Amino acid sequence: MDFSFNEIQMMLQDSVEKFIANDYDFDTRQQYAASDLGYSAEVWQLFAELGWTAVPFSEGDGGFDGGPVEMMVMMQQFGRGLIVEPYLANIVLAGGVLRRVANERQKTKWLRPLIGGELQSALAFVEPQARYELNNVETTATADGSGWILNGSKGVVLNGGNAGLLIIPARTSGASTDRQGITLFAVGGMANGVTRRPYATVDGHQAAEISLRDVHVDAGAVLGEVDSGLAILEAAIDDAILAVCAEAVGIMQIITDKTVEYSKNRQQFGVPIGSFQALQHRMVDMLTACEQSYSLLLWASLAAADNSDESSKAVSSLKYQIGTAGQKVGQEAVQIHGAMGVTWDLDIAHYFKRLTTIAHMFGSADWHLDRLARL
Amino acid sequence: MHVTFSEDELAFREEVRAFFRDQMPAGLMEKQAENIPLDRDDHVQFQKALFRKGWAAVNWPVEYGGTGWNIVQKHIFDVEMANADVPNIIPFGLGMVGPVIYTFGSEAQKKRFLPDILESNVWWCQGYSEPGAGSDLAALKARAERQGDHYIVNGTKTWTTLGQYADWIFCLVRTNSDVARRQEGISFLLVDMQSPGITVTPIITIEGDHEINEIHFENVAVPAENLIGEEGKGWTYGKVLLQHERTGNAGVARTNYRLTRLRAQAAKSIRGSAPLLGDHNFMRKLAAIEVELKALEFTELRTLAAVASGKAPGPESSILKLKGTELQQATDALYVEAAAYYSLPYVPDQYVAGFPDQDRIGEGGETLTSLRYFNFRKASIYAGSNEIQKNIIAKHVLGL
Repeated sequence: MDFSFNEIQMMLQDSVEKFIANDYDFDTRQQYAASDLGYSAEVWQLFAELGWTAVPFSEGDGGFDGGPVEMMVMMQQFGRGLIVEPYLANIVLAGGVLRRVANERQKTKWLRPLIGGELQSALAFVEPQARYELNNVETTATADGSGWILNGSKGVVLNGGNAGLLIIPARTSGASTDRQGITLFAVGGMANGVTRRPYATVDGHQAAEISLRDVHVDAGAVLGEVDSGLAILEAAIDDAILAVCAEAVGIMQIITDKTVEYSKNRQQFGVPIGSFQALQHRMVDMLTACEQSYSLLLWASLAAADNSDESSKAVSSLKYQIGTAGQKVGQEAVQIHGAMGVTWDLDIAHYFKRLTTIAHMFGSADWHLDRLARL
Repeated sequence: MHVTFSEDELAFREEVRAFFRDQMPAGLMEKQAENIPLDRDDHVQFQKALFRKGWAAVNWPVEYGGTGWNIVQKHIFDVEMANADVPNIIPFGLGMVGPVIYTFGSEAQKKRFLPDILESNVWWCQGYSEPGAGSDLAALKARAERQGDHYIVNGTKTWTTLGQYADWIFCLVRTNSDVARRQEGISFLLVDMQSPGITVTPIITIEGDHEINEIHFENVAVPAENLIGEEGKGWTYGKVLLQHERTGNAGVARTNYRLTRLRAQAAKSIRGSAPLLGDHNFMRKLAAIEVELKALEFTELRTLAAVASGKAPGPESSILKLKGTELQQATDALYVEAAAYYSLPYVPDQYVAGFPDQDRIGEGGETLTSLRYFNFRKASIYAGSNEIQKNIIAKHVLGL
């Protein structure tokens, strides 16, 4: 048993940490988030040059062969830096599908430019009626000669507005909630019949509503096997849960530190507010929540790395923990900062908002607790 | 002891319902229904409608233009107002400075200020908190120095809600620093916002709106006649006002209305999804908040009954503030849960008149749920943070 990072993991952590310290302070982050693109194209290019966009991909695909632990190390730092660049959408979600099922031709066309930082992509895994059920897919793909015609709507597609590649789960057979009959399609963002309504999300990221009307794709657009896309989708979403939970742990740790620091400096009644026992105990609870969350993050990341039977249990446990403890830590950080905590100009507010959106992505705390109860 | 309404009270309820149904300013209810933010004039016109009906100053004594209602009538009014989904009465004039003026002000001040407050001709804001004086309000440093028949005010007030609309501000200022207790030497001063030397700087809140402000005073000359009561007694006057504020902060009727709406929404299919009514976890959470809210409703009625029998709202008002804001926030969190992914889009721009329905993201106000949730984290911070309320209860109720 060994919980220490290896040399590569240490290097990865150091390099992301240094980048944030030198080039990605909170004001810079806010400027990128407020820009037309919603993130910095230069920073994205830098991520590619530094090899960060290659981390989870195999060496054969031009990747770095990193696993869940390497991703965890990076995402935790991304959380601390409150990074708005679309790493989750591109590398974890779309990349998660491509690296599992793309054939050589598809890898050349989509995966290599993705790793190279030249292609923006999105995985449209939410449908407006589906809430958190990945198998609830009403978008249809009907065979048309050797190709397919897609029709339907996708909601809150992360990075959907900027994406040159949209991965669309569509129903090729079965009823709207059947597990069988879902096929994944690679669709060009500018394809005929694709309408996108992009917007910012409350956490400073980007998403879009997407409608597909008679979108024609050829047979080469099918990613993996026809009718068997759900398992791939679920695997990519499990990756994403690990990634956002690592990000959330990074956030929880930094806002706990910042709150403790603030409580030592903020004077009221002639003393630092951190001297009040009522607040001390609550900050102890915040720290405990951080430690418990990090422990589950390690369990889930290691279980995924080992392809353990416990992996989905660990993922749901972690997401439940982050959905509850993460919200609590975020609320307490805001509360202890007082009115400062609810101002736009202070980073605490934005960390809290990101923790909130993470809590409501990929299944809420209750949704995952239900899943655990059924296991 | 009973909790049923008499015939007269039922008739009164009908009158209140009819008023909110039939006599609201043009366009107001459409804005409310479509979640369109209200501007200054919307609030003023709404309050003027109340004034015309004689219902602007619910809690004021009749001699100053108040309703003279008993607690049952006030309760009915509160509930019907929430259920009609009309705006809240902006509290700074009618709820806060008005009662201070008629309780502690001179005859001349009553004549000068009360009619305009009653008629919503003048918009007031509150100058209490300062950058260095939040929970510890008595640490306030803004000072007013007497020079002839004026006070010269210097300092900074902050978190001033809707100060950008205000014509006047009521302030706690330090008139004497050479005092044994910090609470002494504080005075209650009324200041015209048009006075030279005042600047208003917006503060953008967590969800991106301009609701609060920082107000700077640089050598602002304020006529000495604008001092309320005695110099150095401002803390006492201000505390009375805060207790009124806290009683009003429970928001029981509003939260109840929001829960009722959430229940109704849960029965419906949104965008073809399965109704939340079938989600046991969600409905249990909703029911648990309803239980606590019902308890708070009775706690509030008991407090109001005590006030009606002649007691000033005491430290128990802290319990109302504490619990009321917790339940508001729990309700807000539940709305976010109901919206799920549609709590993510940040699209406040779509809540404008005439925005085409088919282009709107999320159903109804779904995309506003997270913004409200974020914004209302303020509720456990403002009007004396909930930690301060617990201190008050520990000290003044439990004697610890």
